[in-house]
Amino acid sequence: MLLAVIVVPLQLIMALVMASVVASLKTARSTVLYIFTIPLGLSDLAAGLIWLAIFEQSGFLNSMLVGLGMVQKPILLLSYQNTGVLFAAVILAELWRATAIMMVILVSGMGLIAREYYEAAEVFGANRWQRFLKVTLPMLRPSLQTALMLRSIAAIEVFAVVIALSGTTLPVLASQVYDWQFNQQNGGAAAAVALVVLAISITVTVVFTRALRTPEGATL
Amino acid sequence: MSTAVTDAPRIVSDVTRAGKLLYWSGVVLLCVWVLLPIYLLLINALSSPTEVQAFPKPAVPPFDLGSLRFFLGYAGVAQALLNSIIVAVLTMVLSILIGAPAGYALSRFNFRGKGAFRLLVLMTRAFPLPLLALPIAVVYIRVGLDDTQIGLALVHTTLALPFAVLITFSIFSGVPAELEEAAWTLGCNRLQAFWKVVLPLVLPGITASAIFAFTISWNEVFASAVLTVQNRTLTAFLLQTLNLSPLYLRYAGGAALVVPALIFIFAVRKYLFAMWGIANR
Repeated sequence: MLLAVIVVPLQLIMALVMASVVASLKTARSTVLYIFTIPLGLSDLAAGLIWLAIFEQSGFLNSMLVGLGMVQKPILLLSYQNTGVLFAAVILAELWRATAIMMVILVSGMGLIAREYYEAAEVFGANRWQRFLKVTLPMLRPSLQTALMLRSIAAIEVFAVVIALSGTTLPVLASQVYDWQFNQQNGGAAAAVALVVLAISITVTVVFTRALRTPEGATL
Repeated sequence: MSTAVTDAPRIVSDVTRAGKLLYWSGVVLLCVWVLLPIYLLLINALSSPTEVQAFPKPAVPPFDLGSLRFFLGYAGVAQALLNSIIVAVLTMVLSILIGAPAGYALSRFNFRGKGAFRLLVLMTRAFPLPLLALPIAVVYIRVGLDDTQIGLALVHTTLALPFAVLITFSIFSGVPAELEEAAWTLGCNRLQAFWKVVLPLVLPGITASAIFAFTISWNEVFASAVLTVQNRTLTAFLLQTLNLSPLYLRYAGGAALVVPALIFIFAVRKYLFAMWGIANR
């Protein structure tokens, strides 16, 4: 739950940066775009395993730290004692994996904004940053809405990444459902947790639909 | 804003050059951020089991197939791979068979509630999967569909269907209706016109959305884990054995998941935007 609250805004910022980069690229646009969208095609389990390779005790992060002489011997990063690190690892993995979907939505949304708006803004002397704030963001409202809705709901359901990285040390809603259903053989409790997921999802959807509604009379 | 009017050639001062350098290093950095983790996983997958446990890690893969061979020989892996492929192919066929006609109808006909239908299709993506998977598990046990490949494929189809509809919708919209009408005036009936004129034009796009459906099924973890017991797919299998299996088995499995997905996404990269570009409007 807390995970979603932290991950989604970070992802929004990153996705905006990535989308702006893609939109402003002239050369190598398709290559960069392809690279950015790679995580989109990966399973969340695969993403979890990938980051496990980095964070585990004999993993790459430790190799690097020791190589740089920052720590004497490999430290056990993903353990019961280090919930903070566990949490950070999951956030990183989620950031890595799921920013792509937001970026794709935003890039296609930016493609829909007519160039005239930017030209007009330029005529009135708006600099790059102002154009982004005053033109891109408001015009991007519908895409932002879709992106935020889909991502927050998916973030609430996050499952395999957490399992792969932390086992059952870090409980999230979806892993609770799974755990109740299989390890404790309690279908009722599983269903109850699943309903909590639904309630949150509906709330999120309603909030975003309200907050980012396109103003009446505004046309794209 | 990239192609903004550049009427006067500007002097490239040191400031803009530095800015450009900064900008490009930012782009490269973002690419590295995406690519490096995958590369690291592949290093592990291409190491022998002892090397995976060893420390510190090399920066270049030693190209030892030990882990992968062990992975393929591990009890249940071959079956899981096969299950994954069967389920994914079923999903692919089902979602195209159901999704493509819906996409065609959306692009060619005007009917009441069209906008609402399109929104509804997109909204199914927002429905939480844990909620979907549990009741379905119960129902499947009653109907006898539990632990079967077709049952799982049906669930995956519900996941892949919105994308199939939206992608085929945009693809069919790309074929001018006039072409079809021309075929009618030349004596084709509706079916013939579709078969001879529209289908050849949309085939690449349909293939792409089929591949996309395949990828979705291939990658899906939660429903696979909940709905299968004996007939595990690769993702479910890996999840189940996560706590018991040695690290090198996990990495080899991860690589087995990643590599096909990479190829698939590369194959459909042109169509990735079709589903959102239209859906947003």
